[in-house]
Amino acid sequence: MITSLIVRRILLGIVTIWVMSGLVFFGIEILPGDVADAILGQGATEETLHAIRTELGLYRPAWVRYLDWLGGLLQGDVGEALGTGRSIVEMMAIRLPTTLTLGGLTAAIAVPLALSLGLLAAMYPGSFFDRTITFGTLIVISGPEFLIATLLVMLFAIELRWVPAVSYLSQDPTFQQLARAMFLPVMTLVFAVLAPMTRMTRSAVLNVMTSPAIEMAILKGVPRMRIVLWHALPNAFAPIVNVVAINLAYLITGVVVVEVIFSFPGVAKLMVDGVQSRDIPVVQACAMMFCAIYVGFYILADVISIVSNPRLRHPK
Amino acid sequence: MNQAADTATAAPAKRRFQFPPLGVYGYVCVLILVFWIVVALFAPYIAPYTESEIVTGTSFAPIGAEGLLLGSDYLGRDLASRLVHGARTTLTLALIATILAFLLGVITGFIAGIAGGWTDSVISRIVDAFISFPTIMLALLIVSIFGTSLPALICAIGFIEATRVFRISRALAVNTMTQDFVEVARARGESLWWILWNEVLPNAFVPLSTDFGLRYTFSILLLSALSFLGLGVQPPEADWGSMVKDNMTGIFVGAAAVLLPALSIFSVTLSINFLVDWNLARAQKDISDELVK
Repeated sequence: MITSLIVRRILLGIVTIWVMSGLVFFGIEILPGDVADAILGQGATEETLHAIRTELGLYRPAWVRYLDWLGGLLQGDVGEALGTGRSIVEMMAIRLPTTLTLGGLTAAIAVPLALSLGLLAAMYPGSFFDRTITFGTLIVISGPEFLIATLLVMLFAIELRWVPAVSYLSQDPTFQQLARAMFLPVMTLVFAVLAPMTRMTRSAVLNVMTSPAIEMAILKGVPRMRIVLWHALPNAFAPIVNVVAINLAYLITGVVVVEVIFSFPGVAKLMVDGVQSRDIPVVQACAMMFCAIYVGFYILADVISIVSNPRLRHPK
Repeated sequence: MNQAADTATAAPAKRRFQFPPLGVYGYVCVLILVFWIVVALFAPYIAPYTESEIVTGTSFAPIGAEGLLLGSDYLGRDLASRLVHGARTTLTLALIATILAFLLGVITGFIAGIAGGWTDSVISRIVDAFISFPTIMLALLIVSIFGTSLPALICAIGFIEATRVFRISRALAVNTMTQDFVEVARARGESLWWILWNEVLPNAFVPLSTDFGLRYTFSILLLSALSFLGLGVQPPEADWGSMVKDNMTGIFVGAAAVLLPALSIFSVTLSINFLVDWNLARAQKDISDELVK
């Protein structure tokens, strides 16, 4: 029962990614022009267009090119960038560790912090601490990421001069260089992710607190600490895992903005540069990578929810 | 029958106007929003210069210098004028996008929720496919396909938000359709359009209006993020997000040109979020009161 549920969820995720790949690929086909027009731009003549179309195999029907692209995607070969002609996978492979370190460090700091803050706030709803958390997170949520980043740069890079404002990474950085380069981007992301995660944790726990079982415990006179940790938390586990997954997925938006602000040499920067130069293959490849990660988080969250929740293990 | 219909429609309308007092913060938020609306509406009359006029040779002139209220930006344009014009661009574009999102999302959501069956399945699966994308990825993809013209930006943001509006509209419609009074209306032989207009829409109005506020802040933030990445509103048009990006070099001289546009976005989104949150908090208040006692 439970394995079939998990298998079904993973299959659904794979189908989702497959549908996404179709949308990413055929979205380009809506346009009147094609990749050849994009490469040559204004100075295109019929002969050069023809030459490039033949070279790239653009005369084949769209679905053949799609299958070709999808096959390449599965084998880790998504072709060359239009501008430089370099292998896209190679470009992404160089930049992927930086992006993953950025996201990983942020998650390592933000997740435990957000869970504890959210839980504490839910433990004493309406208290001064709870109101501070609710109001503080509302403020951070409302601010665009670049405002947080700007304020942090002004404080740490310009006023205090602790770290450089632009993250430059040499080929073989020492730990200290890496830490200094990572400090501001990670801190910006932690702020951006911490706020929604704390709020959602708080409301997930509060939501469980209104269930009849908890009401019963309150009526019995069980101490609040015990109610929250013993009765509410196990039931709130699945929603909290969901909260973490949603926010780690949300981290992707933050990563895009933060990498651009700090000129961080990651995959998101590669993608934004690709959009700017209209390098469609690069954009498609990066988009697929981020989307796969995004869907992956949701699958993981659902699987954990299924495993941890007895009621989901035996659906009606 | 007429009488019954009258009281049924009058009751929720009356409740809507019995808001509890807003409190000091609430009034400050309302004031901020009114301020920006006035600024956006009368931008050309308020701003001393046009948005692209270079008025001084000094880049990043400090606040009050050379007779410029808020100093100058990186090209020596009047910052105050650009902020005022930026208010108009940012707030209007996001508003049109949000209205578009609601027209598209509410209509399809209600159709799916009321019709049910395969109509619902088909529309829902299509929307699911788009919802599976991270918002910013979808935005970047659409922009890389259709470019950064203003109509393209509005459609991109409107479309992305519409998928989210669809979800809530469909849920609200499905919810209402299970109620007894809809059953009665159907038994009476009312058409689906009649039910939509007279039963579903009035019941969905309050939750949808709260969602409109949230969607509007998301639209502002998404537009600003795109502009900040250089993929939104293009120069020389003033827009809060692109103003932050263009003046980023001024951060080292501590120029207001970076902070003020970012803070303007923040003041609008925070005010709306605060009012929405306060509205939602009323619904949850009973729960918290119970636990605090």
